[in-house]
Amino acid sequence: MLSMQNISMVYRTDLVETHALREFSLEVAEGDFVSVTGPSGSGKTTFLNIAGLLEQFTDGRYELDGRDVSGLSDADSSAVRNEKIGFIFQSFNLIPDLNLFDNVDVPLRYRGFSATERKRRIEKVLDTVGLASRMKHLPSQLSGGQQQRVAIARALAGEPRFLLADEPTGNLDSHMAMSVMELISEINRNGTTIIMVTHDPVLAEMASRNVHILDGRVSNGHEQPQLAEVATG
Amino acid sequence: MFSYYLKLGWLSIRRNPFLSALMIAAIAVGIGASMTIITVNYVMSGNPIPQKSDQLFYVQLDGWDPNKYDEDDFEAPDQVTYLDAMALMKADKAYRQVASNRSGLVLEPQGEGERPFSVSTRNTWADFFPMFELPFIYGSGWDDSADDNLEKVVVLGKEINERVFGGENSVGRSVRLNGMDFQIVGVMDEYLPVPRFYDVTTGAFDEPADIFIPFNIAVEYEFSRNGNTSCWKKPDGEGYEAFLNSECVWIQFWAELRSDEEKQDYMAFLNAYAEQQKELGRFPRPINNQLSDVMEWMENQEVVEDDARVMLGLSLLFLVVCLLNTVGLLLAKFLGKSADISLRRALGASRSNLFIQHMIESGLIGLGGGIFGLVLTWLGLRGIEMLFGDFIENLVGLDWVMVLTAIGLAIVSALLAGLYPTWRACRIAPASQLKIQ
Repeated sequence: MLSMQNISMVYRTDLVETHALREFSLEVAEGDFVSVTGPSGSGKTTFLNIAGLLEQFTDGRYELDGRDVSGLSDADSSAVRNEKIGFIFQSFNLIPDLNLFDNVDVPLRYRGFSATERKRRIEKVLDTVGLASRMKHLPSQLSGGQQQRVAIARALAGEPRFLLADEPTGNLDSHMAMSVMELISEINRNGTTIIMVTHDPVLAEMASRNVHILDGRVSNGHEQPQLAEVATG
Repeated sequence: MFSYYLKLGWLSIRRNPFLSALMIAAIAVGIGASMTIITVNYVMSGNPIPQKSDQLFYVQLDGWDPNKYDEDDFEAPDQVTYLDAMALMKADKAYRQVASNRSGLVLEPQGEGERPFSVSTRNTWADFFPMFELPFIYGSGWDDSADDNLEKVVVLGKEINERVFGGENSVGRSVRLNGMDFQIVGVMDEYLPVPRFYDVTTGAFDEPADIFIPFNIAVEYEFSRNGNTSCWKKPDGEGYEAFLNSECVWIQFWAELRSDEEKQDYMAFLNAYAEQQKELGRFPRPINNQLSDVMEWMENQEVVEDDARVMLGLSLLFLVVCLLNTVGLLLAKFLGKSADISLRRALGASRSNLFIQHMIESGLIGLGGGIFGLVLTWLGLRGIEMLFGDFIENLVGLDWVMVLTAIGLAIVSALLAGLYPTWRACRIAPASQLKIQ
């Protein structure tokens, strides 16, 4: 499903060279629910950005769904993001002056679906997250938990193979966080592969596997013992 | 997707109303200033008689001073002598032909207590009216026999007819001009060719004459000439008769030629006439007769003056300055949307998607600027009218062509202004704004 081999990511300025990832290798199988933990600055977000084709890496090989996605053109990587990957962000990243329907509609617009198909999908995913009755509301009229549910609906609308979540409960209280996590777990149980970055060890334990990143590398010592996959590097 | 982008553009404009208003204002001011000048230039350079401008030819005969002859650059005089005008009229070689000039007469109303007033007069021939397609409310122009028989007939302009006869049908009645009674044969409707192509020698943007009388009558009674008169040598003798037989040019001559063949035949006739005159001791310069259709004649006479072209250039420069301001404002606006752009990139929008989206938003701003620019253009034209008075009145109309030009220019300008900000917006990395650390 996802295969990263010896991925390196170096940020360079005139004076400084920062290695965000160093020979980072990871295999994620279809249907996995992987939590990614690590201290601030360890490279979690860089990993997630590369996994989501939001950033180009410096070196290494990355295959997504059997396709080598290294060095894709902008149009191709946009299409892959749109079709195969769903994103959930810590700060929800909803567009404030679009109602829920139109927010969920955003990725579908770039997919070229017909209006009927888009409407069907939007109603379905909003129903899945329990907000079908509020599709004309603006994000500001919802609670934080509800907004994150809308973001999840948006991520699911394109029926991606792969969901990337970056601290999805970071802005929520514990009750709402648990509710969102239950939703994410259910999505995984329905077959969607999920990679979730989190600081919270309790939430990390809800995944089927944990990968700990330290100094831009997978730290084997923190790999959960029940997991078969071992990241190298 | 176009309607989706339109919606996003509208939302974006509403999201930053002050910034959007500033951009619209910048474009509107630029469009208002440039369109005001463009409109004046457009009207000045317009075709005043498009349906037959390529069949009407201004005649130039070169019987001018041989001492002012430059082999590389010489131009025939812009008017003809009385001798030549009469010879061409008598030859009657064109489908229609008219010699005409301008004079001024005094009209004496017959009502009690009404004071005489001066009127501008065009002295011309019967063909003038059908040739230039003058519109009539009542009656018509006179016929050829009136020219031949020195009949005192007159065609009144609409304003004079309203002033003297209260707008009634005055055909058949008479009007007293310079102490002589002229019978009214026709009353013209509104007639404002811009430029006033049939006589640009006395001001291309002056209004047509108040009244029209036969040329032969004007000559017979030695009516004063209000137009330009140029002589390269003194008349042989004193008095009006000597003037008529002189080499002084003061008459405009037009011929209506309906085909290239007629034009070639007429040019051959003019050249033969010039050769004949050479044998008689006239036309000392090499043969240089010219036939210019209406638009060629306007160009020849530089109806759109250099000053106007300079003003046009300056106004377009001002538009560029306004657009540079708009570039800065658009840059601020688009970079202020980094989070939105970054999110859309993450959700699958390609750079080309975002490019189109932001160019459409720029176009919408341009549309707004164009609409407000039209209002400013209208105000600008009214300002010019107030500043320069009636002289410019005919130049300050805003027709549909200019309305659409203003809108089009505003949109194109905004699109150009939006190119760099849009390019910068499209360079925003998808990951750059998504995470709040």
